[in-house]
Amino acid sequence: MQPKLTCRELIEFLDDYVEDRLPAAQRARFDDHLSRCRACVVYLAGYRGTLRAVALACAGDAPPADVPNELIEGILAARRSEAGARAR
Amino acid sequence: MAPDDVLLERLRSGEEAAFATLVRDNTGRMLAVARRILRSDEEAHDAVQEAFLQAFRALDRFAGDSLLATWLHRIVVNACLMRLRHRKRHPEHAIEDLLPQFDDTGHRLDPGAAWTDDVVERMESAQLQKVVRDAIDRLPENYRSVLVLRDIEGLSTEEAAMALGIRPEATKMRLHRARQALRTLLEPHFAQE
Repeated sequence: MQPKLTCRELIEFLDDYVEDRLPAAQRARFDDHLSRCRACVVYLAGYRGTLRAVALACAGDAPPADVPNELIEGILAARRSEAGARAR
Repeated sequence: MAPDDVLLERLRSGEEAAFATLVRDNTGRMLAVARRILRSDEEAHDAVQEAFLQAFRALDRFAGDSLLATWLHRIVVNACLMRLRHRKRHPEHAIEDLLPQFDDTGHRLDPGAAWTDDVVERMESAQLQKVVRDAIDRLPENYRSVLVLRDIEGLSTEEAAMALGIRPEATKMRLHRARQALRTLLEPHFAQE
């Protein structure tokens, strides 16, 4: 029988657990540890909360409706300038 | 011919209107990416311009194995990462200070306070954005970059590894540590008293 996981081992592979990449046997060891360790249950809830916070905080970042025309003209002018310098 | 192939041919022949089309069609998306990574309008504008100039220089080497928009996305991400590496930062925490601590038997030293189930969802949107972005800015640069590329820009592990110049396994490990560190930085805002 495999030895029980420590908190350190659980947290080291927590990403794989959260993203469902663990083989079934390993996942079962994780679930067993979580059934006995409140500290890790608390940690996992906070870890998942962190991922949700990042997803929610950045969800509203849509492409800007208006791109400054001077930026577009600046890019095209810089291109012409470089192309002209290469041609000389 | 696919629309991208037609445009690429016109670009390679030096047609001015083709460059204008490429820039107008892609600047909005690239600017949004640069703003998310750099958090500065001025730097984002500069990064987008640098990215386009790099793309124009590399047109002959573009193999056509992705969409032009995808290729430009990779270039602007790299341009932003280069800027981040050279930027003067706020004081950064050492990553070890932000990771959970364990005793000699591998048990948590400090169990920490519980986060209530919907505490993230209940926070007002503008406040959540500020709290999360300020915390991300406090991460050490190597860890901030990987978190931005994976969790905000949605790059795969392999794409992020290539952008960062590290192996995929190292990318996964760095991302996990970045997430742990971010959890520590967010805890004062979300944990119950």
